[in-house]
Amino acid sequence: MHLLVCGGTGCRASASDSIIEKFKTEIAAKGLENDVQVILTGCFGFCEKGPIVKVLPDNTFYTQVKPEDVAEIVAEHVIKGRKVNRLLYIDPTNQEKISDAKHMGFYRKQIRIALRNCGVINPENVDEYIARDGYHAIGKVLKEYTPAQTIDIIKKSGLRGRGGGGFPTGLKWEIASKNAADQKYVVCNADEGDPGAFMDRSVLEGDPHSVLEAMAICGYCIGATQGVIYIRAEYPLAITRLKIAIKQAREYGLLGKDIMGSGFDFDITLRYGAGAFVCGEETSLIHSMEGLRGEPTNKPPFPAESGYLGKPTNVNNVETFASVPVIILKGADWFSSIGTEKSKGTKVFALAGKINNVGLIEVPMGTTLREVIFEIGGGIKNGKKFKAAQTGGPSGGCLTEKHLDTPIDFDNLIAAGSMMGSGGMIVMDEDDCMVSIAKFFLEFTVEESCGKCAPCRIGNKRLYEILERITNGEGTMEELERLRNLSLVIKDTSLCGLGQTSPNPVLSTMDNFYNEYLAHVNDKKCPAGQCKSLMKYVVEPEACVGCTACARNCPVNAISGERKKPHLIDTAICIKCGACIEKCKFNAISIK
Amino acid sequence: MENRIEILLDKYSHSRRDSLIPILQDIQEEVGYLSEEAIILVGKHLEMPTSKIYGLATFYNQFRFEPKGTFHIQVCHGTACHMLGAVSIIDFIEKRLKIKAGQTSRNGKYSLEVVPCIGACSQSPVISINGEYHSKLTAERIKQILIDLIGE
Repeated sequence: MHLLVCGGTGCRASASDSIIEKFKTEIAAKGLENDVQVILTGCFGFCEKGPIVKVLPDNTFYTQVKPEDVAEIVAEHVIKGRKVNRLLYIDPTNQEKISDAKHMGFYRKQIRIALRNCGVINPENVDEYIARDGYHAIGKVLKEYTPAQTIDIIKKSGLRGRGGGGFPTGLKWEIASKNAADQKYVVCNADEGDPGAFMDRSVLEGDPHSVLEAMAICGYCIGATQGVIYIRAEYPLAITRLKIAIKQAREYGLLGKDIMGSGFDFDITLRYGAGAFVCGEETSLIHSMEGLRGEPTNKPPFPAESGYLGKPTNVNNVETFASVPVIILKGADWFSSIGTEKSKGTKVFALAGKINNVGLIEVPMGTTLREVIFEIGGGIKNGKKFKAAQTGGPSGGCLTEKHLDTPIDFDNLIAAGSMMGSGGMIVMDEDDCMVSIAKFFLEFTVEESCGKCAPCRIGNKRLYEILERITNGEGTMEELERLRNLSLVIKDTSLCGLGQTSPNPVLSTMDNFYNEYLAHVNDKKCPAGQCKSLMKYVVEPEACVGCTACARNCPVNAISGERKKPHLIDTAICIKCGACIEKCKFNAISIK
Repeated sequence: MENRIEILLDKYSHSRRDSLIPILQDIQEEVGYLSEEAIILVGKHLEMPTSKIYGLATFYNQFRFEPKGTFHIQVCHGTACHMLGAVSIIDFIEKRLKIKAGQTSRNGKYSLEVVPCIGACSQSPVISINGEYHSKLTAERIKQILIDLIGE
């Protein structure tokens, strides 16, 4: 019997580490170490209901497990074979308990390709990966195909880069393969910096070997013997798992000299990113690997001609690589049968925000936003109204009600004024202020702009300042006009992808929610009640009985007043956190 | 400290510029931050001007130039946390500990860092104190967490 415990960041934040420890001690205490294995897996995806524990072979899926529940699971399920009913998932539509994940609304519409092994295998054991057809693809490629034939399969599959740009992967490999050089490099971009996206981390934590295998396939195709994974230093678990995976692959002869007796050499090293969003751009990433500031350069020359240390370099994202071995094994036709005309296969999205089922999902390209939000995502939290879904992070835009039935793929998202990006999808409800969201993303861009080109360095700062004035109630109609014009100039004139897309959140919210901008500018009001400068917390003296509950709970001691007398909020100290409103039993505090 | 850094640098005996970031990462891992003397030592080792090293180190968010506090507080300011009140949490911690984001308190006990996204969006808003997560925070809970920390 196997007990799989989710080791994704969300679950670890709610104590999955101590759950594992408890399981181990409990199992040892019952003398079952030889029969029951406790495994820390990669992310199951259903973060909302974490920590998740799955029991194999019967596939029982326990949700929101607490360390206190461990003894009961061991005593009931492991020993007596009886499911612990109270920990099963309850279907919100009919209140029925579901024990097998595949019957849940959250999983039913998903097709997991890049995430195929996440939450299924023990990522620290290469044998489990091999048992799931791991390293069969590299074997097949080395034995049966020439590099050109392999590239052809990837081209035919229609796979496009999952890091955001959507460039055809096979074509990228072909260009790199045609540039002759004494040394070439395969680089895996694992510098996931988009706030709200954590799919690359999940793949590396849950299935590191799939990326190693794909990099070796890519090396064979383009003629490289060295691979580098550029990974964020902030991902310690993924780094540990990669190190273990590389070591095991070397021991099995799956990396290193003469792989599988084919004469092909390929090895992989790790480089740690030092935290710069712009390093997701491939020329910046390469500069960072060379020990320089991560600033982009003009393309051409493309990395495929002159990349790392001046040699031809092929850079792909984690999710792109993770899809490659499956394509080789199941064929280009299989992969291209999934998805839309120009976007093939599946895409992983990180669902977050005001949605019931926060988590990591993988759906076929062409799935509609409605299916993602209302079927897989289980709808909006607290029965509120859907307002917008933001995709593409700081480079993207928002999709609104009118886009609910648009099939999601690379091209449709761009047509809708957003972009695929790395796959973060933040869902907003009627209480979210779109001007404030645009300002949030601009704040991020200003912080992360590398400063090399003026449009991005100065222009985004000006955009941010205008947005700040608008959210403070100081904006004018002329400034709204300037906001749009400046955005268009920044898009046209910036050097790299960061600047060229940074005004998207502004343009897209202006296009879809212009009324909100007008309300901030003309009426000096924030319709969603989010912009703190435009509101004031006030105690209504007639309603206040002087119970002191608000004063006692104010985190910054902004409320004063004697017992049984009306209290007063000092607006200079108040941080508008809302704690007093929650505590007041007499509805005596209002927002004005 | 000088000694510890020199031992580290010895590992990179024949290094070129492309080991600069790994060297700085190792030093920060070992001593917690990049001191002026550390940067000078690296400069001598790689035969590079310290201004270039400083220019590189300040470019990346990872590098710190003052020591971390005994309690290092990281507040997640990813999109999901932002929507659920991360700004109020940052405000509150700054006011309560009397330090700004990126600073360490004078007694060396607390340091505060705002990080882009720690990927625990289902648990937002989230902070981490010395690597331990505190999730789904409310104004009340953060108040209690700080009281427990400061010991009042």
